[in-house]
Amino acid sequence: MAETSALATQEHEHSDLQHHFADMEQQKEASTLGMWVFLGTEIMFFGGMFLAYLVYRLKYYNEFATGSQSIDIWLGTINTIVLICSSLTVALGVKAAQRGKRKLLIVLIILTLIFGLAFLGIKGIEWYQKYQEHHVPGISFNISDIQAAHPHTPLNPGHAQLYFSLYFALTGLHALHMIIGIGIFLALLWMAWKGRFGPDYYTPMEIGGLYWHFVDIVWIYLFPLLYLIDRKHIP
Amino acid sequence: MSEHIIPSKIYYMIWVTLMIFTVITAAVAFVDLGPFNTVVALIIATFKATLVVLFFMHVKYTSEKMTKTVIMAAIFWLGLLLILSLADFATRATG
Repeated sequence: MAETSALATQEHEHSDLQHHFADMEQQKEASTLGMWVFLGTEIMFFGGMFLAYLVYRLKYYNEFATGSQSIDIWLGTINTIVLICSSLTVALGVKAAQRGKRKLLIVLIILTLIFGLAFLGIKGIEWYQKYQEHHVPGISFNISDIQAAHPHTPLNPGHAQLYFSLYFALTGLHALHMIIGIGIFLALLWMAWKGRFGPDYYTPMEIGGLYWHFVDIVWIYLFPLLYLIDRKHIP
Repeated sequence: MSEHIIPSKIYYMIWVTLMIFTVITAAVAFVDLGPFNTVVALIIATFKATLVVLFFMHVKYTSEKMTKTVIMAAIFWLGLLLILSLADFATRATG
């Protein structure tokens, strides 16, 4: 960074400007575009799993609907609310970084981290319930409780196992993205603490925010697909 | 920098709207609408996602056309993946 400044010809050159960019504006636009391209690949990554879920739901509807009814809609709703609150603190945080408000930014990043950890904690409770109910795919997998709740619909345990495999894969992949997001926001907290952000340079906060909002959007779709749409159709 | 500073009021309004629609979509799940449960839930999810993209992710305020191109391309490819695949599976004589 220091070398870059020394080479700079214009006196207003920013120390965070890399030498291959013309100015801060171009650097920020390039970073933002790069992040959007990455999020495009993420859409395809999650898209494949969403497709697998939709296709098998079509094929094994009874097992998917009864499986969906067995997961806790309240924990899912609370987690949706927690994530939406975290997206608000991130959006306000990007603005605080943009205006160089260091203390406000630090508070908002810490709030975001608390919401993120709360989400993972609630997710952990939900997974533990599934573990206790023997709904985790594997050798002790057992859906006799689900079958007892729907005596008139014969359920195939293999197909039910497919539902729970996709449930754990989708929520697990999403939770992994949350954990990575928390790592990113810890790094942003460190940078904010050092007073790195201001009107000229807040790109890390901007693209970290894009990532966080994207993970929120994935949950916005997971929530109805896993928890909501089969609540009322008792096969 | 020529950055657009978005009033905080807009962020709070978006947040309230997202919260309201989360409660609505959870409540609708308890009403039997037949196949329209899925339709309503996915329309609400898409509405919420659009608000997040446009306002929280600043796409409404960006002058960068490349960003919008990338987003449209990603949605287009996702559409190809989902629509063509489901058109196949949903119209097979035997599941």
